[in-house]
Amino acid sequence: MGFPYLSIIVFLPLAGAILLALWPRPSARTVRLLSLSFALVAFILSIVVFFLFDRSAGGFQFVQMVDWIPSINAHYFLGVDGLGLTMLLLTTLLGLVAVLVSWGINMRVREYFCWLLVLETCLLGVFSSLDLILFLLFWEFELVPMYLLISIWGTGRKDYSAMKYLIYTILGGAMILAGILLVYFNTGTLDMTQIQLTGTTPIITTMFFLLFLGFAIKLPMFPFHTWLPDAHTDAPTAVSVMLAGVLIKMGGYGMIRLCVSMFPGVAHDYAPILAAFAVVSVLYGAAVTLRQTDLKRLIAYSSISHMGYVLLGIFCLSEMSLTGATLQMFSHGVITGLLFAMVGLVYDKTHHRLIPELGGLARRMPVIAAVFSIAGLAALGLPGTSGFAAEFLVFLGSFSSGAFRFVELYTVLGIIGIVITAGYILWMLQRVFFGPPKAEYEEVEDANRLEMVPIFTLVAVILLIGVYPAILTNVIGLGIAGIV
Amino acid sequence: MFPEAAGWAIFLVPVLSFAIISLITRPFFNSRPRISAYITIASISSSLILSLWALVSVIQAPGHAILLEPHDWVTIGSTTIQVGIAIDSLTAVMLIVITVVSLMVQIYSQGYMHGDGGYHRYFAFMSLFTGSMLGLVLASNLVMLYVFWELVGLCSYLLIGFWFHRPEAARAAVKAFLVTRIGDFGFLAAIIFLYAKTGTFDIAELYVVAPALLSATALTWAAIGIFSGAVGKSAQFPLHTWLPDAMEGPTPVSALIHAATMVAAGVYLVARTFPLFAQSPQAMTTVAIIGGFTAIFAASMGLVMTDIKRVLAYSTISQLGYMMLGLGAGSVAFAIFHLANHAFFKSLLFLGAGSVNHATGTFDMREMGGLKKYMPWTYAAFLIASLSIAGIWPLAGFWSKDGILLHAWGSTPVLFYLAMITVFMTAFYMFRVVFLTFGGSYRGGSEARSAHALHESPKVMLIPMVILAILSITSGWLPISGFLGGESMGFFEVLSHPMPWVSLILAGLGILLAYAMYSAKWLSPEAVGRRFQALYRVLWNKYWFDELYERVFIFSVLVDGLFLVLQWFDTYIVDGLVNGVAGATIAAGGILRRLQTGQLQVYGLAIFIGVLAIAACLFIFAP
Repeated sequence: MGFPYLSIIVFLPLAGAILLALWPRPSARTVRLLSLSFALVAFILSIVVFFLFDRSAGGFQFVQMVDWIPSINAHYFLGVDGLGLTMLLLTTLLGLVAVLVSWGINMRVREYFCWLLVLETCLLGVFSSLDLILFLLFWEFELVPMYLLISIWGTGRKDYSAMKYLIYTILGGAMILAGILLVYFNTGTLDMTQIQLTGTTPIITTMFFLLFLGFAIKLPMFPFHTWLPDAHTDAPTAVSVMLAGVLIKMGGYGMIRLCVSMFPGVAHDYAPILAAFAVVSVLYGAAVTLRQTDLKRLIAYSSISHMGYVLLGIFCLSEMSLTGATLQMFSHGVITGLLFAMVGLVYDKTHHRLIPELGGLARRMPVIAAVFSIAGLAALGLPGTSGFAAEFLVFLGSFSSGAFRFVELYTVLGIIGIVITAGYILWMLQRVFFGPPKAEYEEVEDANRLEMVPIFTLVAVILLIGVYPAILTNVIGLGIAGIV
Repeated sequence: MFPEAAGWAIFLVPVLSFAIISLITRPFFNSRPRISAYITIASISSSLILSLWALVSVIQAPGHAILLEPHDWVTIGSTTIQVGIAIDSLTAVMLIVITVVSLMVQIYSQGYMHGDGGYHRYFAFMSLFTGSMLGLVLASNLVMLYVFWELVGLCSYLLIGFWFHRPEAARAAVKAFLVTRIGDFGFLAAIIFLYAKTGTFDIAELYVVAPALLSATALTWAAIGIFSGAVGKSAQFPLHTWLPDAMEGPTPVSALIHAATMVAAGVYLVARTFPLFAQSPQAMTTVAIIGGFTAIFAASMGLVMTDIKRVLAYSTISQLGYMMLGLGAGSVAFAIFHLANHAFFKSLLFLGAGSVNHATGTFDMREMGGLKKYMPWTYAAFLIASLSIAGIWPLAGFWSKDGILLHAWGSTPVLFYLAMITVFMTAFYMFRVVFLTFGGSYRGGSEARSAHALHESPKVMLIPMVILAILSITSGWLPISGFLGGESMGFFEVLSHPMPWVSLILAGLGILLAYAMYSAKWLSPEAVGRRFQALYRVLWNKYWFDELYERVFIFSVLVDGLFLVLQWFDTYIVDGLVNGVAGATIAAGGILRRLQTGQLQVYGLAIFIGVLAIAACLFIFAP
């Protein structure tokens, strides 16, 4: 079985949380440093796993399988393929960033970091579970830390937003539970790697759509997206980073791992409709983004548009489009995580988030302006950044997939999204950072050294993947090859 | 033999210079801005030397091409996307043009940008631009070409908005990026389309396989898609509106990016993919019509502008139209020949305008005049460039412009006539600038600077101008068109044909009219303006295209129209439905809750009523 890397990575943040909870009267500094060290070790270990992953073998690796509930044939079953590994890396990276951008939290510090670490364990568990019940357990438990983080440390209408998030997630979770039960009672197994139902009978179609709807809420796909802008707007910065960076990727991951991989027949039959929803999400999301005046809402809506590309790539069902979709999940996670971190910085310094109230900030905060611009340019798919590599692969894979009639038209409509994206990003940068400096922001400060660490790290990742995407696509491709 | 590493170094060295400036000299040597200028100049000089080496190697190489193996970039399943460079005669000419103009502009910038707070940033972006532009012409496949295509657009955005605290500059930068991106949408779609049909991005391979694998219609669509990218980048009608606004950037930027190199990338792109265009008569006609129309359309607006840089901007659009016309007429050689000549004389014109601005503090020609006396070197250089662009024998512009006219005559006579009218207009607006700026007496200086403060620019600005002036005279004598596979004309032999005389006479008439109106004052410009008032208003308002695009289309139709409706839909329908369901649930709960009062009397009463009702039912329905 080998060294249980995955178990350690998954439960390391939880161990950190328990240690924090039991630590006698820690100072805020101790809490931060402890959390940081656990998140850092998890990140380093996931990099180790990334390098140890055997590129020549492919398939699921670092597998660990222990009997758990023999009566229903459930196992404690962990393992990653190229897809899971990429998501694992994203989670530990952003988990680390989330701890760093939370440095300024000073209300109920210990509790806050405990929940943040618990959240990371849940996410890591989702991406490495290969047993359906285990998967569901992590999936559902993620709600607890999220709800508390938004409703206690949030701002604005935080109770409303947290409750909306809660209800939506429970609804999605219920559908996934129903789907998993149907799968279990029809196949008698909970092992994701074993299940493949190629038929398109009504019962299989029902399974597919129960799971799909649960994931579509998370992604979020039009028209189930309205929880996202509210949750983002009222969440603290680090939670926004995790939410946009990792949480919504659970939806895309679930679609690939469960829907497409387990029900290829149904996925193929319904691909045209689902891809149409993807294109609507892209264009509709982009159009609505352009109208937003709150920075956080703007980036939240842009996520809906960008996740539309993921959906498009998934349901064009070709090796390249799925690889592109996965790369887009990673890339969007890093880019949007960075964007939310930047909005958090701007808000910390100016105490404003509404675009009309900001303006001319570049003079006073050149580093923040530069990094925000890089993140924005990556979001609009500028070559040299990960955004371009991912979107290009999605477009290329979708257009040439031949998955269904008029797939080329869908793709071209999706490409129109990049023009609107450029519009809202550049217009936003113009109104926030450029133009004459405002008198009220004479005294604002630029990012300090501590704040620069996470944002420069993310910039480096964006550029690295942008210049040489093969680092990730080589691994992702191994996972996707096992699915299509 | 030309090593591959040297080819990569041509564009990577300036990119490295960008990295050094932004990561080392800007953060740690901020008080010594000159270092950044020196790094930039050194890097571009090395690119120039390597480019000359490449040129010599290409001349000696069989078939005028250096073929290099591509490298894998991304592999997915059976598909591999590669990156690679190739150097043929077209690339070699472009490399020389880019490095020479860029080097001159960087040297000049040391004087022009002296004392600017963003000195490091300026040279960092200029390095990145030069590297990207060189990468664009070296790329041997469409993906890599597109990458650099977007990166030069990024640099253009960053440098137009260089003085970002000025709202006009920030707006112009966004406008430039967005308008070109509309064209890039077509280009990207065409790249993907070509790949889906042929399975390759390699340009040389596409020359062969695309005509074989694609139907005539498909090929036309692919060519039109590529051309739409070129239309955006080269500011051709109907995506021309961004370039005049781009003049908000520093003037050396305008000279390098918005006159000599980046805007010409569209012409280069069509030339590079010309074998695809050549297979489709419809695509060729489209290119010719758009080019020919843009040439005269832009020139007409250049006639009335009062801002010296705006005149030059419209002139650039017009000249790029000429190049497109040349391509559409089937002559890559003369289009690129004109591109090279234009790069020299137009960058010189911009540097001249910058030199004038350095002295007077304005770009408004109404506040200039009489500068000949104070700035003789600038005047001489500007005059040479003006004669060159007007197409006066034997200056550079004459040779390439005449070649294009000759080919236009051979393919579409209508466009030839338009081009001939444009020759006249070009000579007129250029000499209008010359007379307004350098002739007469000084009109400005009321508040800004008085006449005795006027001075010639420092040597660091003049020397690049002198070098470019020499090139503006002589670059037409180089056998560039022959090198690119076109025909060449004898130095005096050309004057034995009638066509050059017609264009020379038209240009002479244009200069004469400008002289009559702005120097000798035989005709009053105001009187002419009043006489053709309606036309004047149309031109002055640039045919209202800015209003049509921005106010009507972008804002009224999209942002405050369709998008507003969608936002409303999102808030009140999609989210409203969600909240409605939640509200209904709560309301239903509120009603049902009343039933559970917890009071025994109420429950008792309800039981009593229930029993009565059951009894009544039994009684009524009993048989």
